[in-house]
Amino acid sequence: MMSSVLAPSLAVYGSFFLTTALSYALICLGLNLQWGQTGLFNVGVAGFVGIGAYASALLTTPATDAHWGGFGLPIAAGWVGAMGVAGAASALIGIATLRLRADYLAITTFGVAVTIHLVALNAQALTGGPYGIAFIPRPFGDLADRPLLFNGLNLALVAGLALVLYIALERLARSPWGRVLRAIREDEKAAAALGKSPSRYRLQAFALGGAIMGLGGAVQAHFIGFIAPDNYLSSLTFLVWTMLILGGSGNNRGAILGGVLVWALWSASGAAIGAVFPPDQQARASSLQIVAIGVFLALALLLRPRGLIGERTIVSRHLDE
Amino acid sequence: MNLQFVADGVLTGAMIGLGAIGVTLTYSILRFANFAQGEFIAWGAYFALLVATALGWLAGGSSTPIGPFSFGWGLMLALIVAMPLTGALALGLDWALFARLREKASSITIVIASFGASMALRSLLEFLFTSRPAYFTRELQIAIRLGWGVRATPDQMALVGLTAILVLALHVLLSRTQIGRSMRAVSENPALARVAGVDVDQVVRVTWLLGGALACASGVMVGLTVQIRPFMGFDLLLPLFAAAILGGIGSVPGALVGGLIVGVAEAAAAATVGAQWRAGVAFVLLIAMLLIRPTGLFGARE
Repeated sequence: MMSSVLAPSLAVYGSFFLTTALSYALICLGLNLQWGQTGLFNVGVAGFVGIGAYASALLTTPATDAHWGGFGLPIAAGWVGAMGVAGAASALIGIATLRLRADYLAITTFGVAVTIHLVALNAQALTGGPYGIAFIPRPFGDLADRPLLFNGLNLALVAGLALVLYIALERLARSPWGRVLRAIREDEKAAAALGKSPSRYRLQAFALGGAIMGLGGAVQAHFIGFIAPDNYLSSLTFLVWTMLILGGSGNNRGAILGGVLVWALWSASGAAIGAVFPPDQQARASSLQIVAIGVFLALALLLRPRGLIGERTIVSRHLDE
Repeated sequence: MNLQFVADGVLTGAMIGLGAIGVTLTYSILRFANFAQGEFIAWGAYFALLVATALGWLAGGSSTPIGPFSFGWGLMLALIVAMPLTGALALGLDWALFARLREKASSITIVIASFGASMALRSLLEFLFTSRPAYFTRELQIAIRLGWGVRATPDQMALVGLTAILVLALHVLLSRTQIGRSMRAVSENPALARVAGVDVDQVVRVTWLLGGALACASGVMVGLTVQIRPFMGFDLLLPLFAAAILGGIGSVPGALVGGLIVGVAEAAAAATVGAQWRAGVAFVLLIAMLLIRPTGLFGARE
């Protein structure tokens, strides 16, 4: 009797958890292309995720006076739009900053995220301001009254998306294009001497990575159905970075593994705080979650900088044997 | 046009400048952009708050306002105690994290670590003190008319004076003492400095102490004129970076001038475009400077 009630709710929770975790894995794959493959240090992940989420929400929500847009387009159009807008924004920022030193890129992307949050918060006519955007259509929304089927289909959708993206990125990484990216990361001068323009390849990787982050943000927005500016703060950037470092930067499988693992840690620590602290102390105690993840990131950097499954060194496939 | 924004901007700029000196010193000597610098500001303010509160319990009159100011001798003593405490926090973070990474990892890994440390330190403050704002004093201050329609409170004028004293002292330290010469040598060329017998480890320690202590002074100033909250340092981080880059990385006077420019520009934007866009000013200045002259106003060409 118990198990027949418990099993479906566990399956619902399990698929809900995995859907969220895999949406983070999508963002992680975008960061892996920028940092893991190309060595571009982006501290504004939350900003690019936010651009994607807002772009898709504005395109797909029903007509409204609360914010700009509300074109009621299909979800797929929203996701394509999210990739386009986030990719274009990344390209613009990349043109301005990629020729600078690595830590200037870090500082600038940090500023980008702060500014995007500011625009989301204050440009109320465009974004709905602090109230955010509601009524974002959810995939398979007409099945929402059947939780098991609804969550299962959503999981299948996001997992399929992650798989397609993984295969595409793996092929890219093994292509001549991917080899040039790693060559630039390892030795920019040598790559330039071979006639490859580092700035062009960097820009392409930065824009593509930003587009993938935007897609991840759009997927999350449609899965939850509501977005607000404070979803896109530096704590999101921090979480995604921890996912990539822990999983293993430079390795797409590591990026996905890190996304699922760190999200599991995050959810578990949230549940533990809910169980240990009294309700009036929980908001305060939830800051301990970030402390824990911060310590975790520091330990990972100190003890296992390659991550759980780090990058494999591939010189030539003929040397593998 | 009302020139009040200049007075407001100079005060904000002084606080940004003091914090930015830490950024520029760390960058030129340890060669990484320290995202945890903002947290030294917040921790410094809370250290001073703890000391001032403890003094208030021990000695009754420590918070009785002195003359026209809103604070008593307790806060001044608290600042003097909290500055080395914040320097010690910076040293401790270096010992626990950055020094270990310097041995084996690239400088960009250290930036990632500083980003993580910043999140952890700020969230720890939030846990310890909650996100409710705290205040050094509840005294009200009447602004004094300075002419041309500009007003400033005695506190504000005292704090601008404090900034001037601190920056002057730092300038003397860097230009006239042995450790100052060593610091400049390491910032020019660490390998050569080491060969020439400069104690690089000592230079690193002094850099953290100075950066932390100045951040603490900046935090106390923010706490006295605005409020104390866990996010106070993080919200200043972008202005700090903008000021350091504007002035030219490695230049102490540059960081102060950069801070003043950012502060006045923020105040001008708040007065014209609207206060809600204030936080975007630092970003616009930063991008403009990186596009036009990435070496900054006082920076050396590479």
